[in-house]
Amino acid sequence: MGERKGMEIALAAAEAAALCRPDVVAAYPITPNTHVPEHLANIVSEGKLDAEYICVESEHSALSACMGASGAGARVFTATSSQGLLYMAEIMSIASSMRLPVVMALGNRALSGPLNIWNDHSDIMSQRDTGWISLFASHGQEVIDMIIQAFRIAEDADVLLPINVNLDGFQLTHVVEVMDFPSQSEVDAFLPAYKPFASLHPDHPCSMGTLGLPEIYSEATKAREVAIVNSRKTILKVWAEWEKAFGRRYEPVESYKMEGAQEAIMTMGSMGETAEIAIDALREKGIPVGLLKLKLWRPFPYEDVRKAAKGLKSLLVLDRAVSFGGPGGPVASEVRSSLYGETDRPAITNYIFGLGGRDVAVEDFIKMFEKMRSGDKKRSKDQYEFYGVRGE
Amino acid sequence: MKSKKWPEDWQDVNIGCIVSNPGSAREYHTGGWRAQRPICDNEKCIKCGVCYIFCPEGCIIERKDGFFEANLDYCKGCGICAHECWPFAIKMVEEG
Amino acid sequence: MVEFRWHGRGGQGAVTSVELLALAAIGEGKYAQGFPSFGPERRGAPVAAFNRVDSERIRIRSGVYRPDVVVVLDEGLIGLVNLTEGLKEDGVLIVNTSKKAADVMKILNYSGAIATVDATSIAWKELGVPITNTTMLGAVVKVTNIVGLSAMDDPVEHRFGKIASKNIAAMKQAFKEVKIK
Repeated sequence: MGERKGMEIALAAAEAAALCRPDVVAAYPITPNTHVPEHLANIVSEGKLDAEYICVESEHSALSACMGASGAGARVFTATSSQGLLYMAEIMSIASSMRLPVVMALGNRALSGPLNIWNDHSDIMSQRDTGWISLFASHGQEVIDMIIQAFRIAEDADVLLPINVNLDGFQLTHVVEVMDFPSQSEVDAFLPAYKPFASLHPDHPCSMGTLGLPEIYSEATKAREVAIVNSRKTILKVWAEWEKAFGRRYEPVESYKMEGAQEAIMTMGSMGETAEIAIDALREKGIPVGLLKLKLWRPFPYEDVRKAAKGLKSLLVLDRAVSFGGPGGPVASEVRSSLYGETDRPAITNYIFGLGGRDVAVEDFIKMFEKMRSGDKKRSKDQYEFYGVRGE
Repeated sequence: MKSKKWPEDWQDVNIGCIVSNPGSAREYHTGGWRAQRPICDNEKCIKCGVCYIFCPEGCIIERKDGFFEANLDYCKGCGICAHECWPFAIKMVEEG
Repeated sequence: MVEFRWHGRGGQGAVTSVELLALAAIGEGKYAQGFPSFGPERRGAPVAAFNRVDSERIRIRSGVYRPDVVVVLDEGLIGLVNLTEGLKEDGVLIVNTSKKAADVMKILNYSGAIATVDATSIAWKELGVPITNTTMLGAVVKVTNIVGLSAMDDPVEHRFGKIASKNIAAMKQAFKEVKIK
């Protein structure tokens, strides 16, 4: 049996990774995710985990070391945030093209500048198109669960792709709360040993990461795209098995109070928790409104979004990142694309909020909802707008 | 059967573009690129091996007698060996 | 749900306090959060840390704006930081001070419930250092009854190991000495 205990969520992320018995951990500490590699280093040095902990000199090296180890057949784990992720950028796409199942805990933090160490989603959005699977956790329990699920998904013979588990920096990483930790035997039963499709070994020589000329690059890219699209099946299968084993249900788009809803708010990450309380308050006033929480960012769950949006009059999509000069926040853009071909589709309003650690209270969700309803005529043609910015 | 140079369709691409037959680069004879070939005057050669070290193709081998020789299946005729050879034993001469 | 805001200075252990209180509540089967004011750690600078305790799962992830309880670890913050900001009308202010409660209330222009304890003297005596975070936990437990005093034992043992017993002694002393007005 597992254990219910209180712990800082960053430490819980490290404990969850350790339960998966990685062979190699390579990471470089960065706020707000420092406690993840720090705690894993402690776990390894105390002899509780038989892993090679590589103290690399940069995030570029961290991901490179993970890939080398993964290529040799090891189960690998890394963790980073923001600028650290950008320092990995050169390697991100190579990891997915080489189909190495690296698992990363990404403590979401704003990109500089101005220099900012606080939470939003601009870091992961900058690496959106690098071929990694992306999951979003909204509380500590989901962080633990998703890290364990991530190894199962990434290493599945039908997937073989790197994966990042997104947890909001500070808002999640620095909070002590109660969580259920599965036991070692439960994790061992859920997560079989990694069987690499090939491995770097002198007895069976092979080359990984070779040159791809124009004659092969397009085919290789198509194969990678099909792999991530198809990973959806495995993700759903793994989530179904997780529910069977641990009783906690996971869906690409989680619904909250959507019964009879004519309007809905959509969020991603920890803000969905606070938004639930706003939904409760609005429902108490008799307003038929619900909440949609996006848990799977890549591969994007088009069909689930279409299903969830069916019958809605309006949908308020909230983004915590900006696509500068683009058509709206990244989540709203995907939602609009998903629904473009539907005849029965809701009007979509997109607000960008909670940037660089700007706190968002329950009342803010209510205000955003009311702002959407008031249908500000002056702005009705805008694709998106900022919420809570002075001077707006 | 002659192996294909490229996979026909995207479905045939190896996972991660892995190359699983070792030494397959050997099948690619870059010697066809050569416009000039290195000729070594072993009267001048002092067997220092600098040509062997600098050859970017790694196609220069040391013979049993201690002299060096380029494998013309792979030598691209770049001339780096001749440029580096300080006793001036190697000369590049036109092919043909 | 009961919300706490702790005031201290970087290095005085406000973050440790909120962690210990959260773990104690969780140990009693309650739900709790403990978190720092998010940002860089700066020794000596005024800092805040927060707790939420409830019998149901806590979903809110925003800052604490309307605390039920405000705890002040450092007397020097009186007048320097707006200690009573947002404090609920039926809330309570718990201050480490050698002053009389009436004097503190006068300086703060505050008329609500207050509890005072000279935690610095207790910490000097029991721990040999003027670090008041664990000491003040004793006062907080007494005033709020948020957890049983014995619920603090496990988290304090786990955190402090060899010096846990001294910290528990200091906590018990503050539990005894705190004056509620």
